[in-house]
Amino acid sequence: MIRLLDSSLRRFLNMSSLTGQGMVLGVCQGPARGAEAKSPSFVLNAFVRIGEDDSVTITVNHSEMGQGVYTALPMLVVEELDADWSAVRVEPAPVDPVYNHTVRGVQATGGSTSTWSEWERLRSVGAQARAMLIAAAAQTWKVDPKTCRTENGQVVDPVSGRRLSYGQLAKKASTLTPPENVVLKDPKDFKLIGKPTKRLDTLEKINGAAVFGIDVVVPNALVAVIARPPVFGATIKGFSADRAEKMDGVRHVVRISRGVAVVADSYWQALKGRDKLEIDWDEGPLADLDSQRQREQYAELAQQPGIVARKEGDDASAMSDAAVKLEAVYELPYLAHAPLEPLNCVADVRSDGCDIWTGTQYQTLGHKAAVEITGLKPEQVKLHTMLLGGAFGRRGVLDSHFVQEAVEISKLVKKPIKVLWSREDDIRGGWYRPVAYHSIAAGLGEAGDLTAWRHRIVVQSFMMNTPLEGAMVVDGVDLAAVEGAADLPYAVPHILVDWRRAPDGVPTHWWRSVGHSHTAFVVESFIDEVAHAASKDPYEFRMALLKDHPRHKAALELAASKAGWGEPLAKGYGRGLAVHASFKSFVAQVAEVSVSKEGKVKVHRVVCAIDCGPVVNPETIRAQMEGSVVFGLTAALYGRITFKQGRVTQGNFDDYPMMRMHEAPQVETYIVPSADKLGGAGEPGVPPIAPAVANAIFAATGKRVRRLPIRSDELAA
Amino acid sequence: MINLRVNQQDYALDINPDTPLLWALRESLGLTGTKFGCGKAQCGACTVHIDGKAVRSCVTTVSSAQGKEVITIEGLQPDLARFLQQAWIAEDTPQCGYCQTGQIMSAAVLLRENSNPTDADIDKAMNGNICRCGTYQRIRSAIHRAAEMKREGGGK
Repeated sequence: MIRLLDSSLRRFLNMSSLTGQGMVLGVCQGPARGAEAKSPSFVLNAFVRIGEDDSVTITVNHSEMGQGVYTALPMLVVEELDADWSAVRVEPAPVDPVYNHTVRGVQATGGSTSTWSEWERLRSVGAQARAMLIAAAAQTWKVDPKTCRTENGQVVDPVSGRRLSYGQLAKKASTLTPPENVVLKDPKDFKLIGKPTKRLDTLEKINGAAVFGIDVVVPNALVAVIARPPVFGATIKGFSADRAEKMDGVRHVVRISRGVAVVADSYWQALKGRDKLEIDWDEGPLADLDSQRQREQYAELAQQPGIVARKEGDDASAMSDAAVKLEAVYELPYLAHAPLEPLNCVADVRSDGCDIWTGTQYQTLGHKAAVEITGLKPEQVKLHTMLLGGAFGRRGVLDSHFVQEAVEISKLVKKPIKVLWSREDDIRGGWYRPVAYHSIAAGLGEAGDLTAWRHRIVVQSFMMNTPLEGAMVVDGVDLAAVEGAADLPYAVPHILVDWRRAPDGVPTHWWRSVGHSHTAFVVESFIDEVAHAASKDPYEFRMALLKDHPRHKAALELAASKAGWGEPLAKGYGRGLAVHASFKSFVAQVAEVSVSKEGKVKVHRVVCAIDCGPVVNPETIRAQMEGSVVFGLTAALYGRITFKQGRVTQGNFDDYPMMRMHEAPQVETYIVPSADKLGGAGEPGVPPIAPAVANAIFAATGKRVRRLPIRSDELAA
Repeated sequence: MINLRVNQQDYALDINPDTPLLWALRESLGLTGTKFGCGKAQCGACTVHIDGKAVRSCVTTVSSAQGKEVITIEGLQPDLARFLQQAWIAEDTPQCGYCQTGQIMSAAVLLRENSNPTDADIDKAMNGNICRCGTYQRIRSAIHRAAEMKREGGGK
């Protein structure tokens, strides 16, 4: 395959700012992961730097938040570069258009896109660097480069047997003009891609050396905590800082656009200072927000037609002609992302520049926000991407508010500032997966055939009135609100899916798997209801309706066979399945559960099959499936953010619980061999688990779960 | 002044006695391997050893840690650290990694006290440590693996 390289990569070669970026302004960013570099290194392109010591530094433009990009993306480069994998080290990319997402045109990480979006570019830059190293060797030896080959970090002249290592060639190679075109390997020749490969960042993450955003140390920095509105949309009428300012260690109390910041020598002092703030809030229109009343309001909204997301055939007549008609309401709550590392950001605003250290999923927007607040030139603002202690979408907010706050405070107090969020600040901080209320109906013919499907979704939009509206709102429908429902894969002749937009107010946002996190629960639970109403086996029923969707079928078939679908289970146990496509991948899961007399659900085993197309690192995929199951189960079993008198009821892991080790099932992952289109792995494992478990609960108890989280009082015998 | 002994070094800190040990470690001593996750002993990210026991440093005041032996991830007994690290690497355990130092500190106490833990022993020792990425089954396998290495008397 021949790829024409992006001209921006060539422009990059003229930039010298990249070398030595492990240290910025004398502030240690922590060790780069992977091999150590001990000597000078030379830039071959924006992504590859080679040291005289043979170290190979890969600059990774996607944020590492646990999903394994600091391993899988270097694998793409190194496959083509033919470097020694043990010499590879990884550094985060600075903010520069050369590092923009190949599809989205901004520097961002999300939507389970990292691997497929870099599949060609990163192999190309690896091949380009390899060609330059070969050219350098050929010039040295005065031979035709075509006669040279490479071998694990060395260029070899097969005629004379001479060898030069990449480190020996790097300086000369860096002065050469990069080739316009490169030839990529035939996948059958891959040596690294597709092989289970251990993560490069494990050791630093278990010995305490890893530097997350929260760990960044900047000399003379102060710590800030912020009093944010207790009710979303509340504004400050007035405040008194007198008591707070008298507290030990408190240096400044400043008003910023999102609240009042207490700035102290240490976190504890800032927190104690914040307790003494006296703020008079105008609580605004959500002062009375109450989850029970909101539920009634959504039920009311569901009575009226919404904007059509998909219509085929004549659902109204098909429904009235149906021999059997099923109707149900499904409900899901607001959910917080709750990454274990609370949000934080370090900003150092000076008259001539600004540095920001944070774990972000959206570098371009964070950088832009800082440029706007400081009034500095874009090139004067440097954003350093740190390791992210989880994100799940939370660190990809479009207003970059966690960056904005730190920059505002640092600008006001003229010192480096670390803003830290407490766990309560995080849980109550909004940007939730929205509440969803689904009203759904199906019609069956005499023979139990599915003839009609009507699905109405009531949910807020978090794409409208944002920069993404143009891309994500089509014919008035927010695609994130209906994804996973409008693309129902089952063959139904008459279908209507529509969306009623719920009122704005509570800030909502993408939460690992976005719209699929609620639509898959509804679709895959309801199709199970329909199968039982038709007296069909839920697996056979799905397979018959998936005849035009071979990738769904392959995943479902693999999961069912590995799980022993149809084999007997112990009394009190039930088995349930679900299959769902999201983020270009296809995942089926079979869950085995038991339900105690008290209605307590225990998930014992989950068998998962994924078709994500060609596999880069099977270890990454397995890990993501395991993690997705736990993430999805946490939501299904415990997750809910509720409101009373405008305030979030929950605040920490005691009332917003996370799944713990003794509750976690054993997850077995199988990968469907597939040469089809490459898909994502970070999110697609989340959507099927809640319906698989709910369907298993039905199998075990005959009780149908239509409201999350699962409530044991509704399942008690 | 608060006198702390951390990783076998003595420190005298001018700090409010009510300050949680976590913040003294992170902000005063620069030992950032101990993490902040919840502030109320719910998640275990801040786990350290005090006189050999796994303790949540976010709810332990510096005054109560005086006169005691505090060990953080940076000072974990090298032989135990070696077994655990090798096992964690072999299982490719961490994802985001934020909780993992706390997990290791809890696992270290378990391994010191029980060289052949069952799944139930592991659950009991580890249920105070949340992993939001959901790496539990790998942590469990890694603990079994580390225990085996310890029983055999050396990592490779």
